Amino acid sequence: MDAFTILDGLVAPLDRNNVDTDAIIPKQFLKSIKRSGFGPNAFDEWRYMDVGEPGMDNSKRPLNPKFVLNQDRYQGASVLLTRANFGCGSSREHAPWALLDYGFRVIVAESFADIFFNNCYKNGILPIVLPKAEVDALFGLVEHTPGFRLKVDLPAQLVTRPDGHGMPFDVDPFRKECLINGWDDIGLTLRHADKIREYESRRRAEHPYYYS
Amino acid sequence: MQAQTLYEKLWSSHVVHEESDGTALIYIDRHLIHEVTSPQAFEGLKLAGRKPWRVGSIVATADHNTPTDHWDQGITDPVSRQQVETLDANIRAVGALAYFPFKDQRQGIVHVVGPENGATLPGMTVVCGDSHTSTHGAFACLAHGIGTSEVEHVLATQCLIQKKSKTMLIRVDGTLGKGVTAKDVALAIIGHIGTAGGTGYAIEFGGSAMRGLSMEGRMTVCNMAIEAGARMGFVAVDDTTIEYLRGRPFSPTGDDWDKAVAYWRTLHSDEGASFDKVFELRADQIEPQVTWGTSPEMVTGVRGRVPNPAREKDAVRREGMERALQYMGLNPDTPIAEVRIDKVFIGSCTNSRIEDLRQAAAIVRGRRKADNVKLALVVPGSGLVKRQAESEGLDKIFTAAGFEWREPGCSMCLAMNADRLEPGERCASTSNRNFEGRQGAGGRTHLVSPAMAAAAAIAGRFADVREVL
Repeated sequence: MDAFTILDGLVAPLDRNNVDTDAIIPKQFLKSIKRSGFGPNAFDEWRYMDVGEPGMDNSKRPLNPKFVLNQDRYQGASVLLTRANFGCGSSREHAPWALLDYGFRVIVAESFADIFFNNCYKNGILPIVLPKAEVDALFGLVEHTPGFRLKVDLPAQLVTRPDGHGMPFDVDPFRKECLINGWDDIGLTLRHADKIREYESRRRAEHPYYYS
Repeated sequence: MQAQTLYEKLWSSHVVHEESDGTALIYIDRHLIHEVTSPQAFEGLKLAGRKPWRVGSIVATADHNTPTDHWDQGITDPVSRQQVETLDANIRAVGALAYFPFKDQRQGIVHVVGPENGATLPGMTVVCGDSHTSTHGAFACLAHGIGTSEVEHVLATQCLIQKKSKTMLIRVDGTLGKGVTAKDVALAIIGHIGTAGGTGYAIEFGGSAMRGLSMEGRMTVCNMAIEAGARMGFVAVDDTTIEYLRGRPFSPTGDDWDKAVAYWRTLHSDEGASFDKVFELRADQIEPQVTWGTSPEMVTGVRGRVPNPAREKDAVRREGMERALQYMGLNPDTPIAEVRIDKVFIGSCTNSRIEDLRQAAAIVRGRRKADNVKLALVVPGSGLVKRQAESEGLDKIFTAAGFEWREPGCSMCLAMNADRLEPGERCASTSNRNFEGRQGAGGRTHLVSPAMAAAAAIAGRFADVREVL
C-alpha cells in the first residue's frame, strides 16, 4: 500500500447522496481476478453512453457529456467531493481499487458506508468526513472556481481551502498510523501470532464443536 | 456482573488482543468464500509467501457467476469460467472444511449453503467477502461482510483488526398481518431508519414479531441489515434456532451438542442491558412493501403511491428523488398498484430458501402469469433447497403457471451471469438492492417479498397479496 501524508489536489464534485458500489464499479467488471485496471470502468454506467463489458477498448467508447467527471476541468482530479452514505452497498473492494486506479487518493463526504470506508484504508485512500455545512460550501466553491484544489494534511488532520479556511477531521489513530507509514496489516497482526495461537487453543478446549 | 447486550457477549468472547485505544484483534471462526472476492486474496497470500492459518474454518462455493440453466454446457462466458476455475484451483491448493463447487449437489448461494449445512453456528464470528454475510446473524453470530484485503487478512491470521460498534436494538412487537412477511419487516425498517440509519451500529433484532419468525425469516431480516447501513444484524438464540440446527451436517452431535446448546442458550441480551439506540416498530402496522426508487429506503406500502419530489424540502434529497423517478420511468403520485412489470425474479440470498418458495408457490398455485410478464424466474438458493422444493412439487406449480424453474445461484440479484434485465425493463424482485443497473444496465428493480413477487407475476402489475390469499 502507498503511504499517504500530504496531498494538494484538484477536486471533482459528485453531488449525490447514496452513491453505491454498483455505480462505482458495475458487476460485470468484478469477474477480473486482478486488483488493477478498474479505473477506466469507474462509474461506467454514468460515464459512457454504451453498455460496458470486460475486454472493451474503453478509449474508443462514447463518453456521456452530462456526467460531471467527464468535464475537461475535472481531469486529473485526486480529491472526490461527494455527499452522504458514499460507497453503500456491496463489500466489493473493486470499488476503492477503481477509484484509486482512476486517480483519487482522497474522498471528502458527509458520511460513508462502513465496509467501503474500511476498504479505503486498506488501499491508501483517505476517506474524510466533513460537516454538511462545509461540504455544501465546498460544492459551491468547486462549481464557481475553475481549478479548485484542496490541501489535505493527514498528520495534522486538516483540510485547507485555497482561501486559507481550515477544516479539521477525525481519523482513527491506528488507521492514521498505518496510512502514513503504508503498513501492511497482516504483518502487524502476525506480530501477535503467539496470542492468536493461545486464544485458539483455549477456544478449542472450551468450544470443541466450532473445530469439528 | 453488569447486564450485557448480545453484541458485547459475542465481541468479548472473540477478543485475542486489545490496544489501549480499543483497536482489537478479533478471532474469526468461520470464513465463507466465493469466487468473486477471493482470487486477489489468495494471490496476495501466495505472493507474500504466507500460508492459510486454519483451513478448517473455510467453507467455499461458487455462486455469483454460475449459470442457472444449461448446466450441461458448463460456464460458457470465458471470464466467468476463469473466475470459478480460479476458486477451484485455490481451494484445491489450500483445502477447506467444505467446498461445494459448480454443479455439486450442495452448491448454492454462500449465505444459504452455510446455515443449511450447519456450518453457521450460534456464537461464531462469520465473515465473507460479501456484504450480505449479515444474514448469518440470524443464528446469534457476529457476521459481516469484508473486502478482499480482509479476506486475505483472515486467511493469513484468522483474525480481523476491529473496533467495537455502537449497538442498536430494533424491536418489532405484535403480530404480522396475513400476507406480511420478514421481507416486508426488513423493508419497513429501512423505510423508517434509512439506508444509513444503521451506519456504525451492530443491530439486534428483537421483539415478539422477530421471535415469531422462522430461521428463514430471521435470515431475511438480518440479510437486509446492510441495506440499513449496519454491517451486522443478529437475533438471540431461542428454541427456533436450536431446532433448526439439530441434525445438520456440520452441527455438533452427542455430548458436544448438549454442551453447545447449553452455551448457545446464554446468547441473548441480558435483562436491563443498554443499547446506544432503540427503534421500535409495531408489526400490525406493517403493510406489504414495494420499493419505488433506486435505494432500498425508497419504499412504500402496496396501497401507497409513488411520492412527489415537489413535497420534499431538502434540495439534495429532492434531486435524488427526481433522478430516481426518471431512472425508474415513474410519474409522481402514481398508485403503486398501477405499475406494470415486465419480469419477475424470485431468488437471492434474501429470499431463496424453502419457506420463500413455499410462500410464492401458495400464491401461484392454480394461476398463470400475466401475458405482459416476459419472464418469471424462480432460482432456488441451493441444490438442497431445489431438491426439497421439488419433493414438495413446488417446481410443478411454478412451471404450470408459466414460470421458469432454474438451477441455484445468485442469478439476477446482481446479474453477473446471463440472467439480467434489459434497459428499461421493470422487475418485481425478491432480491435486496434496487440500485441503478443492479439487475442489468438500465433495468428497473422493485424490491418485494416472494409472495408479492408472485402476486405481481399473476396480475402483471403490483397487487396487494392480501387480496389474493
